[in-house]
Amino acid sequence: MSAARVGVVTFPGTLDDQDAARAVRLAGAEAVPLWHADHDLKGVDAVFLPGGFSYGDYLRCGAISRFSPLMTELIPAAQAGLPVLGTCNGFQILCEAHLLPGALTRNEGLHYICRDQRIRVESTRTAWTTDFTDGQEIVLPIKHGEGRYVADADTLAALESEGRVVFRYAGGNPNGSLNDIAGITNEAGNIVGLMPHPEHAVEDLTGAPSVDGRHFFTSILKRLVNA
Amino acid sequence: MSTLDSVRRAQETPDERQPYAELGMKDDEYQRVREILGRRPTSSELAIYSVMWSEHCSYKSSKVHLRQFGTKAPKSEALLVGMGENAGVVDIGDGWAATFKIESHNHPSYVEPHQGAATGVGGIVRDIMSMGARPVAVMDALRFGGADQPDTRRVLPGVVEGISHYGNCLGLPNIGGEVAFDPCYIGNPLVNALCVGLLRKDQIKLATAPGPGNKVVLFGARTGADGIGGASVLASATFEDESQAKRPAVQVGDPFMEKLLIECCLELYQADVVVGIQDLGAAGVSCATTELAAKGTGGMEVDLNLVPLRDPTLRPEEILMSESQERMMAVVTPDDIPAFMAICDKWDVPATVIGEVTDTGRLVMTWDGEVIVDIPPGTAADEGPVYERPFHEPAGQAALNADGPERLPRPEDLRETLLTLLGSPNLGSKEWVTSQYDRYVRGNTVLAQPADAGMLRISEVMPGAQETTRGIALATDGNGRYAKLDPYTGAQLALAEAYRNVAVTGAKPLAVTNCLNFGSPEDPEVMWQFSEAVRGLADACRTLGVPVTGGNVSFYNQTGSTAINPTPVVGVLGVIDDVAQRVRSGFTAAGLRVLLLGETREEFGGSEWAHVVHGHLGGLPPQADLEAERGLAAVLTEAAARGLLEGSHDLSDGGLAVALAEACLAQGVGCTVTLPGEDAFVELFSESAARALVCVRPEAFEALADLCARHEVPCSGLGLTGGSALTVEGVLDVPVEELREVHSSALPRVFG
Repeated sequence: MSAARVGVVTFPGTLDDQDAARAVRLAGAEAVPLWHADHDLKGVDAVFLPGGFSYGDYLRCGAISRFSPLMTELIPAAQAGLPVLGTCNGFQILCEAHLLPGALTRNEGLHYICRDQRIRVESTRTAWTTDFTDGQEIVLPIKHGEGRYVADADTLAALESEGRVVFRYAGGNPNGSLNDIAGITNEAGNIVGLMPHPEHAVEDLTGAPSVDGRHFFTSILKRLVNA
Repeated sequence: MSTLDSVRRAQETPDERQPYAELGMKDDEYQRVREILGRRPTSSELAIYSVMWSEHCSYKSSKVHLRQFGTKAPKSEALLVGMGENAGVVDIGDGWAATFKIESHNHPSYVEPHQGAATGVGGIVRDIMSMGARPVAVMDALRFGGADQPDTRRVLPGVVEGISHYGNCLGLPNIGGEVAFDPCYIGNPLVNALCVGLLRKDQIKLATAPGPGNKVVLFGARTGADGIGGASVLASATFEDESQAKRPAVQVGDPFMEKLLIECCLELYQADVVVGIQDLGAAGVSCATTELAAKGTGGMEVDLNLVPLRDPTLRPEEILMSESQERMMAVVTPDDIPAFMAICDKWDVPATVIGEVTDTGRLVMTWDGEVIVDIPPGTAADEGPVYERPFHEPAGQAALNADGPERLPRPEDLRETLLTLLGSPNLGSKEWVTSQYDRYVRGNTVLAQPADAGMLRISEVMPGAQETTRGIALATDGNGRYAKLDPYTGAQLALAEAYRNVAVTGAKPLAVTNCLNFGSPEDPEVMWQFSEAVRGLADACRTLGVPVTGGNVSFYNQTGSTAINPTPVVGVLGVIDDVAQRVRSGFTAAGLRVLLLGETREEFGGSEWAHVVHGHLGGLPPQADLEAERGLAAVLTEAAARGLLEGSHDLSDGGLAVALAEACLAQGVGCTVTLPGEDAFVELFSESAARALVCVRPEAFEALADLCARHEVPCSGLGLTGGSALTVEGVLDVPVEELREVHSSALPRVFG
């Protein structure tokens, strides 16, 4: 059986693509580089949109990437059920692309924040979180200046009632996100976006003092292998 | 519209008055240009000479002293490229090399803190790129006026935001550095940025333009009006009150373009389509063309009309002086031009052929078909003026040294003294600053602040490169108060501390970079401080066996006649054979034995205690015992390699008391210790150098003690880790949570 293939997208200004690919490989999957300018998903089984400052993010974060050739392929594929994980800038892009509702705005404190953050897992029913347990507290790094999740009241109510809030900040809300939201999913549960960085929490030697990020990749791998 | 000042016109109007003084040139310097050219320079040539002969670019006041870094250099097999290139390169084993350098951006950061600091990061990163390396991390050594002084609240947040914005967007982890406060920096903050890069040993690139017929390519951002005259006006003149008027002279950075440039350059190197390369920093096109030509076949022809402009109204003189950021210049064979251009196109990086290499020995530039520059490039790049500035010991130096800390009243309550120091801006937690920097990006960060040194795994840097277990460690240090009391010893102490900080992580110190921040070289007292500091550093490098690979001098850090404390900042790079053997900072578990390595003397001159508690600066700094530093480093690196150490921490500002507190704070593990000596105050707060704190499993104690004995390093067992308090038997007892509260609130209390 050939390994599951997870695409890792690089836009100009993407920064965490090397980390994303490493995390995918450590879980036992093949990391397939996807280039923003190609209309080609290379037949991957899932896609990881890593963090960074795509196109410099001088407009709104993710606002330009959303129109890239690769995204014009990814959007319909994701709507058709392809598993997609977006972290940080990837989450922002997913919101700009309307694959996920709401938006990410400037942190409440107006500063960029890099720290190891406690996170509570609120849903294990998505493609990327089955290896967690409901209510589990994990530690993942956050590093962003625009991570304050906002949405209108109806959207928030829907997210909450449908169990689509996947992660919540614990032990203090770092950026002023509504309802302490750190990550959400779509109705089908195949698309997950979050501000924290699982790819920086997969090794003992490097990154955050935690390896909790591994479960994202073991979750998706199990799903792909069992599919 | 001004008339084009061509070479022909210069010959026809020999007596035309030229604004050389306004460009910062002295009468005799201008006369020398006339002699070199045998005529008056054109305005474009004047622009080139004025920036290339500025203090910032020519090192004209420092050169005669800096030579000692070469003449006294220790024999080092690791040194692959020494001083004089964009950055030094050292062999770190397994076919890998590291290149690193620290550089100042002090004056721009005072005028416009955000952009000044941001472009400081951008500039040093391009220096590293131009050596053929992938930049892999940055660090910043920052010094500000008193934390409670109003202007510090303008400058510090802006500087931190500028570094944060530029560095984070560029995708380089910020793994360490320093933040210090002293009123002497109020009008002259120090922003020293360090970058380190990795490359394969056989892929070093140099700034050279050989091969007549090869093309000169300018690539990266287009040229605008920013930073015009920055090199000569900003970096070489003392500020008075007109700094607001200089705002346009500060460059504006675009980190997104820099990120594209990094990836683009690496792909160009990988494709092997670059003959020589130079970044455009201070003095922009002037510097890049003269230096490339001078180090190559000797000649170059450039059509300045071909330089892509952001502002189409720029005159040739302005194009030559513009310091627009994110630009590089490469020399490429005609055959490789299509491949070169295709890679630039892939990364959306504009690239333009603006000229070609010649063997005429002349740098010739044209504008609208007329020759406006025709000079021997070496005269601008390498043969600038050299000054033997007069120097003498400052008038008050003897009195300063005589006013020692012995007269200061000693504290009764050492618990209170510890908390006062721990909550002071210099010793308090720097998290307010460092939490604004991405320390994780690229996934190779093994240690980052607040660890003593930053450490990186060498992995996935270049496609096809050899796998290695090695890692690199980096630390920067400097103490302006020590250097003020004795610049010779102060510079040595800066090196000793950075060297020690690298060693406590388990890495072996290998090479040195430095950023020498001083007042005006035209003041003989400042020049004495400078000459003493250079002499001290060069001597110490020889003793410790670590060569200086490059660095930067920043003069004119003064307001009126008041100079900053002389502040040599020293960066040390080290290598660890197996990065998995790195030693973490502080107390990592309960039940470990705590040991103090090194000898404690009564040394309070320039100490944090004298500074914070008494506002006193006088006497002499601690001894710089370099043999002891060598022995200590040998113990630490060998102990790490044998897996004897569970945690470590260097002793420096605030002495043993502050080191113990920081070691407890690292993982929230307390300790109970007994002081070995009689005088608890001296034991706890003296700042004797060549000391470190380590913790070991009880069964490893004997092996470590033997190792210390072999290297003649004093070793005292202090006690055990564990519990939730820092307890010094019979002296003080502070819950770790109380330490944390005091430590972590130091900067938020001031900066919000």
